[in-house]
Formats: sequence, C-alpha cells, structure tokens
Amino acid sequence: MGGSPRGRLMERDDIGRAVTRIAHEILERNKGAEDVVLVGIAARGDDLALRLAEELARIEGEKVPVGVLDITFYRDDIGLRAEAPEVHETRIDFDVTGKTVVLVDDVLYTGRTIRAALDALVDFGRPRAVQLAVLVDRGHRELPIKADYVGKNVPTRRDEVVRVALEETDGEDAVVVEEPQA
Amino acid sequence: MIKHLLSITQLAPEDVTRVLDTADSFREVGTRVIKKVPALRGRTVVNLFYENSTRTRISFELAAKRLSADVINFSTSGSSVSKGESLKDTALTLEAMGADAIVMRHSSSGACHTLTKWVKASVLNAGDGTHEHPTQALLDLYTIRERYGRLEGLRAAIVGDILHSRVARSLTLGLVKMGAEVTLVGPPTLIPPEAPQWGVDVSYELDGVIPKLDVCYMLRVQRERQRQQYFPSVREYSRIYGLSRERVAQLPEGALIMHPGPMNRGVEIASEVADLPQSVITEQVTNGIAIRMSLLYLILGGGAGEVSDVA
Repeated sequence: MGGSPRGRLMERDDIGRAVTRIAHEILERNKGAEDVVLVGIAARGDDLALRLAEELARIEGEKVPVGVLDITFYRDDIGLRAEAPEVHETRIDFDVTGKTVVLVDDVLYTGRTIRAALDALVDFGRPRAVQLAVLVDRGHRELPIKADYVGKNVPTRRDEVVRVALEETDGEDAVVVEEPQA
Repeated sequence: MIKHLLSITQLAPEDVTRVLDTADSFREVGTRVIKKVPALRGRTVVNLFYENSTRTRISFELAAKRLSADVINFSTSGSSVSKGESLKDTALTLEAMGADAIVMRHSSSGACHTLTKWVKASVLNAGDGTHEHPTQALLDLYTIRERYGRLEGLRAAIVGDILHSRVARSLTLGLVKMGAEVTLVGPPTLIPPEAPQWGVDVSYELDGVIPKLDVCYMLRVQRERQRQQYFPSVREYSRIYGLSRERVAQLPEGALIMHPGPMNRGVEIASEVADLPQSVITEQVTNGIAIRMSLLYLILGGGAGEVSDVA
C-alpha cells in the first residue's frame, strides 16, 4: 500500500453503479450496441472493459467484442526513465475498422496514456469513431483530451495518488486517494 | 536491465524471464497488419558484422526497424575495414555518427567486451569467435518455453561440434541457469575438456540419450573440421551423430527438434526430419525477431547513464 489514505472515494457498490450508468450512456449515445467494440487499456482498463461488456449484454442482450491494449511501446517517456517500462499483453482479435471503439481506462489524468492509446489503435485499423470511458477523471490534463463517459469526477492535487483497486487484480473494489509518499 | 549484452552469464534467471516475457508482447506486434511500434523512434542501431551472417543480421535489422529505430548495416567487405581500419577506429567513427547501440559479430572471442571499453553506446554480442551467441540462446529458450510452458526440469541434448560452437556454449549456460538438464553429445574431439564444469552430462554417443529427451538440438557441422581431422569423415559423423528418421522414432512423443541454422541437410539432420511438424526450426527464426526486439527495447528503453554496467 502507498501513502496514507486521504479517503475512499468509491466503494464496491459505487463502482458497480458507475459501470451500469456508463453502459446505459454508451447505448444511448450510439443508439444501441451495434458496431460498438470495447478496448481496455492494460492494466485495469481491461477488467473494466469486461465489466462494461457484461452490463451491455445484460441490458441490450448483445455481446460486444472486448480487446486489451498495452500502450507501453507508444509512450512518450521511453528512455527518460531508469528502466524500460514493463510491458503487458495486447490482444485485439477483431477488426476495428469501421467500428465505434470505446477505449476504457481506470483513471484519466494527464491524457498522455490516451494519446498513446490513440496512436496504438490506428495501427490496428481505422475505427469509424473512438470514444473514451473512464472510471475516474482526476483533472490536470496536459493534452487536449476529454472523456465521453466518466464514472466520477474527482478534484485532486497533482502530488496525490489516485488508486483504483478491482476485484480481478487486487481482490477488492475501491477507489482511494492517497497522500504522496514521503 | 543491463547496458551491454555480451554473455548469457550476465543475466540472472529473473532477467531471462523478463526478456522472454517482453518478447511475448513483441510476438503479438509481429502478427499485426502494421508490424511496427514507435518505441525506439530516433535511436540508431548499427549492425557491425566482421563475419558473414545472413539470418542474424537480418533478424537484428528487422527487430530494430520494427521498433522504429534507424538502422545502419556495416559489413567489412566494401567498407573502410577492407582498407585496414582498426576495430577501435571503426567503432569510434560509428559512435561519432550517433550510434546508440552496436550489434557486433566478430571472429575473435571477447571482441565485444573490448568494444565496450571504447564506446559509450550499448554493445550487443551477435556472436564472438567460439565464445558466445547470447541472442541465439535466448530465442532458443523462448521457443522451448513456448512449447512446454516452462524450462525447469526439461531434458535437452545439444549434439555436434560443442568445442567450436558459441551457440552451444550460450545455450548450455542458459538452459542450466533456468533449471534444465543438459547432455552434450559429440565425438570426444569436439567436446571441450572443461564441459563437465558447466553442470552438464557428456555423452559420446547419441542413441542412448535420445529416448529421454524433451529437446534435441542439432548443431551445424562445419566440413572444414573434418579437414582439421576432428572426425574421420562426414559420412561417419552423420551415421553416428546425425538425426535420422530412425533416431527420431526413438524420441519421446512431442519432443522438439531444433537447429540454429544454416542446416546441412543430410549431414547433422536428415532432410525429411528437418521438415517434420515437431521440428521448430522456422519458429526459431520467427522468435528471433521478437527476442531481439525485446533486448533492444529493454537495453535502449531505459534511461541513459542510470543503468548498472556489468561489463
């Protein structure tokens, strides 16, 4: 665990409700789930994407394809860190060309991850449109990027750490803001 | 990670695992329509080959290009080397042109190590004399792990000219490091006397070893070794140490047949054996690109100056 918690922002039920609401919003905005595909950004964005797909299937009765994207090779800070960033799995086993791709991530912060994800995505094809769904938007954007679907807007200080825990990888569901480590 | 890759001995088992895991991701990149990622944009990789090589050079070239690095191929024929330029001056010249990494093959063992004393660029050993060929060993480990899901406890034989083979040395050290059991097989004249110290078994005959193998790794036999009288005739060598149809029938089911290439079909490996489904020789080539991408990424993707230097 990191620094001392300033507070828990979302509990299990809050996250569940946010995912359900975002699923409804995706359906409303795209007039159904036809030609919608979900691509989660590793790590945790992929878990959220699977949950969203479950909700979409429950509400609309339609299974949307889900992929996972690792953006490491597209980062803008390779060579600026002491170690090469750790790499995760990428698996998009469907064609994104002509589809509405909903990128899914846990926290939207500077926007640099999403910039990298957009670059990576176009190497897989030419989507008709790309939308962005995030569980938490904590502000402090450094690029002109905005989310289409937001679970919760959380004002933060730059030096704070927003941590999203998900059952699938962390054993529990929670969103926590932590003070910086000394 | 490391700054230079000179020898497989530099890598701890967890480093090897990291290189192989990262290569998994690069394998996926190789299946995309656009087989290229911008990870090493703006970096320059020089292939400096003092010995002929097709597959290793092309593999490194493709690996660097798929990472969006700029690649310069420098071979000794038709270059300033044929005018008598020393290795040091060549290396300093390449560095002055902004090389971030130098991939070198050289006929002298230890040449890569020497190079690291002269240049600030990272040096990757693509084969030095009879010493090591670490990227080949890593791609072989990757290929084996891909099929078995593990390396620990597997039984492998490396068959042929162990004495002159940098592939055999690197692979043996790598397999032993990862917990596999290795038997070196070949005529006594082609087994280095210090081999037992590598933590392996040695056998002068192949037939007794075959039935308990998970991996049968055949080495290229250079015909000139016969002229140097390491063995009486190519035909006799082939009969005793060649991987024939009959010997393959004695291998456990699913055992892998491997070869670093280029093959002498009909000498160390029967032609029809090389084409069997259990022979993964072309997969080794494909995996070689992913492994070299992984290594270039891990070595050049870290910060300058902060990495630990083991050379």
